Amino acid sequence: MIEAVGLTKRYGKTLAVDDLSFNVQSGRVTGFLGPNGAGKSTTMRMVLGLDNPTGGSVTIDGRRYRELHDPLRTVGALLDAKWVHPNRSARAHLRWLAKSNKLPDSRVDEVLELVGLTSVANKRAGGFSLGMSQRLGIAAALLGDPQVLLFDEPVNGLDPEGIVWIRKFMHRLADEGRTVFVSSHLLSEMALTAQELIVIGRGKLIAQCSTEEFVAQATESTVKVRSPQLPVLRNALLHAGVRISDEGEGLVVSGMDSAEIGELAAQHGATLHELSPQRGSLEEAFMQLTGESVEYHTDLEQTAVAEAAELISTGK
Amino acid sequence: MTLLAVERIKLFTTRSPWWSGAIAIALMAAFAGLVAANAPADELTMANTQFGATFGLVVVMVLAALAITTEYRFGTIRATFQAVPNRTSALLAKTGVVAAVAFVIAEIGAFLAWGLANVIKPEANLALNSMADWRNVAGAGLIFALAAVVAVALGTLVRHSAGAIAIVLVYSQVAEPLISQLPSVGPDIYRWLPFNMAQKFLTGDPEVAPQFADGGPPSAALSPWWALAYFAAFAGVLLTIAVATANKRDA
Repeated sequence: MIEAVGLTKRYGKTLAVDDLSFNVQSGRVTGFLGPNGAGKSTTMRMVLGLDNPTGGSVTIDGRRYRELHDPLRTVGALLDAKWVHPNRSARAHLRWLAKSNKLPDSRVDEVLELVGLTSVANKRAGGFSLGMSQRLGIAAALLGDPQVLLFDEPVNGLDPEGIVWIRKFMHRLADEGRTVFVSSHLLSEMALTAQELIVIGRGKLIAQCSTEEFVAQATESTVKVRSPQLPVLRNALLHAGVRISDEGEGLVVSGMDSAEIGELAAQHGATLHELSPQRGSLEEAFMQLTGESVEYHTDLEQTAVAEAAELISTGK
Repeated sequence: MTLLAVERIKLFTTRSPWWSGAIAIALMAAFAGLVAANAPADELTMANTQFGATFGLVVVMVLAALAITTEYRFGTIRATFQAVPNRTSALLAKTGVVAAVAFVIAEIGAFLAWGLANVIKPEANLALNSMADWRNVAGAGLIFALAAVVAVALGTLVRHSAGAIAIVLVYSQVAEPLISQLPSVGPDIYRWLPFNMAQKFLTGDPEVAPQFADGGPPSAALSPWWALAYFAAFAGVLLTIAVATANKRDA
């Protein structure tokens, strides 16, 4: 189990990770979700003892990473697939890693086989595509046959084939009963891979729950209503104390399900042309939760509005 | 022991150490050949045959600095610290391997240079009779190894190849001689500078560099073996600072 308590990292004036506490359960795939710049990579580097926390601590099965003996046997990680010397062959890269944790050379060939790099094992890693580098990184993570695995944005920049491969691989690792902690900024990707979610924004914890719970909780369900007697219906709904908003010719109602709205309409003799429950997408849910914590907002929208206003006022 | 093997694999699975080693040895031998071919037999001294060591040393220090800065450049230092969280051991192992390689390069280069001079000018008096002669030839290994430690330490502190190489070369090759040219205090400071001490160990005092007879820069303040100890202490202090810094810093 990975457990973070009050984990904090400050770079000068920026607080990259802010009093973050969470735990990653054993034997499950836990997604680490947050927009770019939310502090996911920094947190992962602190888990691995690469960056020193400004405050708080993070432990793996109760021990700090730097206290682990032959750590590759306990924790495997792929934070950046490009952390390989470009002139060194894939096999040589894995050989020194294996040696450092007293793993036999035969293990190198096993993991190369596992990720399908046997045929290019003696080629220099600098010539690898991103997908191949990613596989080499996963091979390195698996060298010590660890129970805990960390992956930072493993599908980033991969082609669809690569993404499917990684996804299947994660499932396989989880099926083998390993603890997998994987970060992503794509909720849709996490919904396919992770059972548990830890969501952060601007270095702060937003939610820790199962993926299902998160989606249900975050996607606010609304109902779309269209009716020729819209003003009547609107008054009735307002009277019932639900939130409504206009959308084209209809209304979007939140806080009341479609059955209740239908009955309300019947009571007031309003004909309904449409009564459809709307389910927010995962991405919307994610945006809703993390929207306020995205670090780099664009001011494109504001600019566009300002420009439009100017055009109107000058009468063009 | 395991970590030494790790660093050995790392060093020899890239090409630059092989090239640098070959170039350093070739330079040392080539200068010996050049000097031996052109100097009259009775003027050819042991120090003359080792003239190329200065250039060999430059190449070896570049090799040593690159051994650590390329790790920062390509992020493999993070992979290293991930596999070996005890950064002190990891860095000491690397320093040890690089120093050993520097030692071997220097010994091959120095004896090749000495042998070549003997072959070209057999009539010259180039027998290894005195301790001073041995220091001059075999001593190169110790100086190269310690200079490699200095370069690794600076590389660890600076983390950028170009920056580390510039500092190592400008300091050892340009700054020290320039300091000796400072008015009044220059020579006194120069007598205590580490690379001047290293030179003192190699060439000693009495038979040293006749070109400096006309009031050139003074030789170092200590006797040859103390000069070596001084240079070793300098390397040790730098390495300690570098390791302590690497332990505190984010990788």
